[in-house]
Amino acid sequence: MKPVRRVESRTVVLPVDNIDTDQIIPARFLTTTTRAGLGKHAFNDWRWRADGTPNPDFVLNRPEAKDAAILVGGHNFGCGSSREHAPWALLDAGIAAVISSGIADIFRNNSLKNGLLAIVVDPSSHADLLAQPGERLAIDVATSTITRADGRTIAFTLDPFVRQCLLDGVDELGYLQQRLPLIERFEARA
Amino acid sequence: MSGRSLFDKVWDAHVVEAPDDGRPTVLYIDLHLIHEVTSPQAFQVLRERGLPVRRPDRTLGTLDHSTPTLPAAADGSRPYLDDATRAQVEALERNCVEFGIDLRGWDSPDRGIVHVIAPELGRTQPGMTIVCGDSHTSTHGAFGALAFGIGTTEVGHVLATQCLLQRKPKSLAVTVDGDLPAGVSAKDLTLHIAGVLGIGGATGHVIEFRGSAVRALSMEGRMTLCNMSIEMGARAGMVSPDATTVDYLRGRPEAPHGTDFERAAARWLSFAADPEARYDREVRIDARDVAPTVTWGTDPGKALSIDALVPPAQDAAARKALDYMRLAEGQAIAGTLVDVVFVGSCTNSRLSDLRAAAEVLRGRRIDPRVRMLVVPGSERVKREAEAEGLHEVFRAAGAEWREPGCSMCIGMNGDIARPGELVVSTSNRNFEGRQGKGVRTVLASPATAAASAVRGAIADPRALTAEGVAA
Repeated sequence: MKPVRRVESRTVVLPVDNIDTDQIIPARFLTTTTRAGLGKHAFNDWRWRADGTPNPDFVLNRPEAKDAAILVGGHNFGCGSSREHAPWALLDAGIAAVISSGIADIFRNNSLKNGLLAIVVDPSSHADLLAQPGERLAIDVATSTITRADGRTIAFTLDPFVRQCLLDGVDELGYLQQRLPLIERFEARA
Repeated sequence: MSGRSLFDKVWDAHVVEAPDDGRPTVLYIDLHLIHEVTSPQAFQVLRERGLPVRRPDRTLGTLDHSTPTLPAAADGSRPYLDDATRAQVEALERNCVEFGIDLRGWDSPDRGIVHVIAPELGRTQPGMTIVCGDSHTSTHGAFGALAFGIGTTEVGHVLATQCLLQRKPKSLAVTVDGDLPAGVSAKDLTLHIAGVLGIGGATGHVIEFRGSAVRALSMEGRMTLCNMSIEMGARAGMVSPDATTVDYLRGRPEAPHGTDFERAAARWLSFAADPEARYDREVRIDARDVAPTVTWGTDPGKALSIDALVPPAQDAAARKALDYMRLAEGQAIAGTLVDVVFVGSCTNSRLSDLRAAAEVLRGRRIDPRVRMLVVPGSERVKREAEAEGLHEVFRAAGAEWREPGCSMCIGMNGDIARPGELVVSTSNRNFEGRQGKGVRTVLASPATAAASAVRGAIADPRALTAEGVAA
């Protein structure tokens, strides 16, 4: 995993509550055995019309969404299935951070393990961000703050261990492997 | 030690390391269930790093999500949806051979939906930690196991180390007292609770379902309840083990036997929550308030009694849901025309579910406009249902009797409805497009699904059972 220290971008706003992982990537695109190339299916059924042409009404298809790497979503973003294909698809589609007032547990966990910043902010800041689509934000992982276009900051909580993994670009598997002697002792005891 | 919850006891028994310097807990996993959809990329990581599967004996594989439910051809070939689904199944078959994992595949009499087979084999046991790359792993909490869904990266962690890094979630007691009214099932109770808590209502929590109405449920009913904990946002749902749990496990092929069983049972029962256990939150539900329950929106928390009117849209999400479902505020949900009925999924594909649907269908025909699929949860459920003649009841009523699998719950194996069609489904999710692009899903119990197939419209099963068996 590459280190993730800072994300600076304009936002794209999807002000819908309870966006589930079936919307982020429908199940029919889970028949893959790799993790590459899922970006074209991110929000597939909202983004593409039946004839395969882009739906011009969908916010991610609008010109101002081009190159936006921060997605501000409605409350309880990423609910539903455990498919890691959801963060894989968002990352492949160029999204580096998702901000909401609530993010479902498994999606949040899966996202952070792949370097996709899944950030929960307080409801009032969330409402502000939803009201300002296209705002330029700077997310700093080390200080766990979002700096807004006008210089104000929003603090968010990030698990300290997860934060260090993001900053160092290390994954948790190596850390768990170092714990094998402890794991063996646990098994001997059980 | 007194005052501990079931969740506390199971968690504490699996802590390998709990550092006090801010690092997460290392939690040991007793049983890892794998299937074809969320495992291939994890095996790839093991291969890249030259790692073995650390405990193949604690790993159990099956094929369920992308498998076709139509029977094999005369030459034994399976009618896969496409080359991708076939390749996915074959990848798991190869990975299980390469890494020495027990796969209950096409040739096994045990194959079926992962959350159906582990309990019926007796592999799911009280006090265990169980994970799977599938959010409905919460099903196994019915036995007093701590069971939750994980992503593919974590599937790799468990394959390589048999452990996960975890922060302990909060606890939520959902206490259901009183008796469920006649004709009201575990699924109705589950949808009712989802309606009370809402889809994100239990995020960050593990639910313990307690109270006399939960105690009165069969193991299959408890599985239906715990299965949909994730639809309430919960990390897991659990029920304290009791005599019902022990009776279910006695004689199961892969549970302990003889004196080993009695010893195990005593240990299992010790995991039950202490009477004075404390929880971070508590919600109380009166079972007498529960009626046959269905959904009206595009998440499982948008539930209502079958005799109720579609509620007014309170916000943009509700308006969007009503538009998608083509329902109007204030209309009766009963009587809405139905195109397809699906009985199956890890929520409701066990023998008691099929019996409940068959009871409504016996001696009746489904509406000729309706297509109905009945998909047993496993090869074992299929054999047991056929031994009772349930398949003949379904076929005589005009329904299709299929091979075991996830089928129409997930819409990636060929079993889908057409855009715009309305499906009354015993599965767990009514998200937009879950059963095919543009398909509208109404979640219901097996009895409600069967009654709706007969009427050709969403129907209260109590009206049909009151009529008695048609001639």
